[in-house]
Amino acid sequence: MKLFEITTAPLSVDDVVARLARPSIGAVTTFVGVVRGETDGRETQRLEYEAYPEMAEEQLQRIGGEIRRRWPTIRQVAIVHRIGHLQIGETIVVIAVSSPHRQETFAATHYAIDRLKEIVPIWKKEVWKNGEAWRSEQTESKRAQEQEERE
Amino acid sequence: MTMRKENGGRSVEEKLIRVRVKFFAAPRQALGTDEIDLDIAVGSTVKDLIRVLRDRYPVLESYTRFLNVAVNRAYVGMQTELHDGDEVACLPPVGGG
Repeated sequence: MKLFEITTAPLSVDDVVARLARPSIGAVTTFVGVVRGETDGRETQRLEYEAYPEMAEEQLQRIGGEIRRRWPTIRQVAIVHRIGHLQIGETIVVIAVSSPHRQETFAATHYAIDRLKEIVPIWKKEVWKNGEAWRSEQTESKRAQEQEERE
Repeated sequence: MTMRKENGGRSVEEKLIRVRVKFFAAPRQALGTDEIDLDIAVGSTVKDLIRVLRDRYPVLESYTRFLNVAVNRAYVGMQTELHDGDEVACLPPVGGG
């Protein structure tokens, strides 16, 4: 079973948590991202996600590696992200972080979703009744700064 | 791969490499395709490729400023040299989760 996956299939939290099952595990913290019905007061009809799947799975794996280096008590990380057309209320992403004890699983889970939004090549289009737009949380200034650093 | 060019009556050969360029999200939609094979000069960098793309496909102009680029699925800087057969991905700001 893959720990880091991009899929078009509907997601199940139980399925992702089950991928981490080990006798040594005493705690699993999960984050579940769900399609919201409105953004900035505008009613969303659906979200369309696309990815560069091969690279996205490698970047998810990289996040798992970063977490285990930062928090050595973390045993395993699983991140599964759905792509395609998603309706309101459907699950977009499931992150599960396991450890013998709970303490560091919360920070690690938080890190995973923030990092996902930074480096994983997945894109989201919001579709409203009378329009659509590609959305990213990355700020223009931050991107400009990164661009400068590369040049 | 080489391309013959007439140069003052003299025929010279300019060496070319072929790269596959992948597009996603907004620039993909604007371009109307998700993949282009492009022949560029040997020694071209990512920055050179972006310039070629912008010249050849003006519709990409507004997207190139904030583009990240991956070569063979790893993020790279603009000065990275490209090689024959590379897969170059033009990555607009990501929006997963």
